[in-house]
Amino acid sequence: MMSEIRNQNQTKEQSKEQTEFLQKHRAYHRKIAFFRGSILCVFLALWQIAVLTNQIDPFFFSSPIELILKAKDFFTDKAFWMHTGITTYETILSFLIVSLISFAFGFVLWRYEFISKVLEPYFVILNSIPKSALAPLLIVWLGTGSTTIIVCGLSVAVFGSIVNFYYAFKECEQGKIILIKTLGGNDMQCFRKVVFPSAIPLLFSASKVNVGLSLVGVIIGEFLAGRRGLGYLIIYGSQVFLLSQVIFCILILCLIAFILYRVLQFIEHKTIAKMGVAGDRSI
Amino acid sequence: MEHVLKIENLCFTYHTLQGETEVLKDISFTLKEGEFVAVIGPSGCGKSTLFSLIANLYQPTSGSIVVRRQNEGFTSPIGYMLQKDYLLEWRSIYDNTLLGLEINHLLGESSIQRVEELLKLYGLWEFRNKKPSQLSGGMKQRAALIRTLALNPDLLLLDEPFSALDYQTRITVSSDICNLIRGTNKTVLLITHDLSEAISLADRILVFSNRPAHIIRDFQVHLTRSDDTILASRNAPEFKEYFHMLWEDLNDVRD
Repeated sequence: MMSEIRNQNQTKEQSKEQTEFLQKHRAYHRKIAFFRGSILCVFLALWQIAVLTNQIDPFFFSSPIELILKAKDFFTDKAFWMHTGITTYETILSFLIVSLISFAFGFVLWRYEFISKVLEPYFVILNSIPKSALAPLLIVWLGTGSTTIIVCGLSVAVFGSIVNFYYAFKECEQGKIILIKTLGGNDMQCFRKVVFPSAIPLLFSASKVNVGLSLVGVIIGEFLAGRRGLGYLIIYGSQVFLLSQVIFCILILCLIAFILYRVLQFIEHKTIAKMGVAGDRSI
Repeated sequence: MEHVLKIENLCFTYHTLQGETEVLKDISFTLKEGEFVAVIGPSGCGKSTLFSLIANLYQPTSGSIVVRRQNEGFTSPIGYMLQKDYLLEWRSIYDNTLLGLEINHLLGESSIQRVEELLKLYGLWEFRNKKPSQLSGGMKQRAALIRTLALNPDLLLLDEPFSALDYQTRITVSSDICNLIRGTNKTVLLITHDLSEAISLADRILVFSNRPAHIIRDFQVHLTRSDDTILASRNAPEFKEYFHMLWEDLNDVRD
């Protein structure tokens, strides 16, 4: 019986070739990390040199050293943390609402093909509207509070996300659905037992896009309606020519996007490991 | 005695925008309890469609299908084993075999115990916590069979359950499984493309024609064999004659 099982050779002592293979693999990843870091360092160095040799005006372009000095001021400033916190909070909230709406709509569209056929062109059109064009309307309808900004955040992601969730559910192998039916299951059980679990990898990829889009939407909202948040700091900074502040805020936005992406990736890896599905999707 | 399955004048036609296709035409047959019947016929002739109709996945165009219901309250007296194992890769073998019970809310002490006994009987007990991807094709097929048997159906529909296996595994697994099934007095309907498999496993063979399919031959298989092994069946003197007859039948319908 043991001969029938595969992948049994892990317990054996590692051969020389295997050790070499592993070393090569690690060296390759070190190389990737090195070049990633180098690009950033070279960019910062060129920027600083350009400023020092008067190629560009630090008033408009700031400089890495100035940003580092500024960073100290910002990080000790409570107001800055408040602005960052608000933007992050609004992004996470709008991302969660997008996920919820997409799940509900995706399910309905999967379950009732007729509805999906009827609504399809509407989703396509709504998805192709430049969402920043909606923001002025949202201000008129909802005022200039946090609600407007969150709605603005979700408006950017939601239509595309619904379609992605719907396709993720539809992607499920037909044979698995038939299996559940032959075992006496109804549509709801098909969804719970096979459609949803098989859709998880695709739902995660859609969510990783959504979290970025939510951030874009929230910043658009803060540009137009915000009295708080990083979007507001950027607009304010550009109006009073505090361009270091603008650039610094943009860097913080990059950092927020990166952290949110990483958090999702972490949850994805945990989920996939727990499900035991071999998904080698490391970057 | 009441029949486990009674099919009368069954017709099935499906419609597409390109036109209609008559798949099954006037099929009638009955199955007695404990019978092991193989269905053979040219590919695409509608054998799988017949199973889907019996399993109530489609509605017949005309005619009737009556399946005996013995255990009241049970959702389905039919166990349908598909061509692929469709084991859910995120569940362990153990959880996969319990899927049918779970769906029908029948997870009780006695039903779980039955599945555990089947796992032991089929040599999968040590592998129950493995994921399907860690098992060989033959083991996966056995796990799929346990999942089907867990609901204790009277009638088993096996749609080429061994076609995904390599030749040698296929012969051992099919005889293994068939002997195990025979021990349970279940009625079996088996689709296969393999004439030798049909002759060596079944008590009775139904031969289907090309589309629109009807039954062109329905006969009992009697093999004189020394023991129960698969080789004994294949070495029986009648084996060759049956093989020749089926070969001719299928050649005739192809032309």
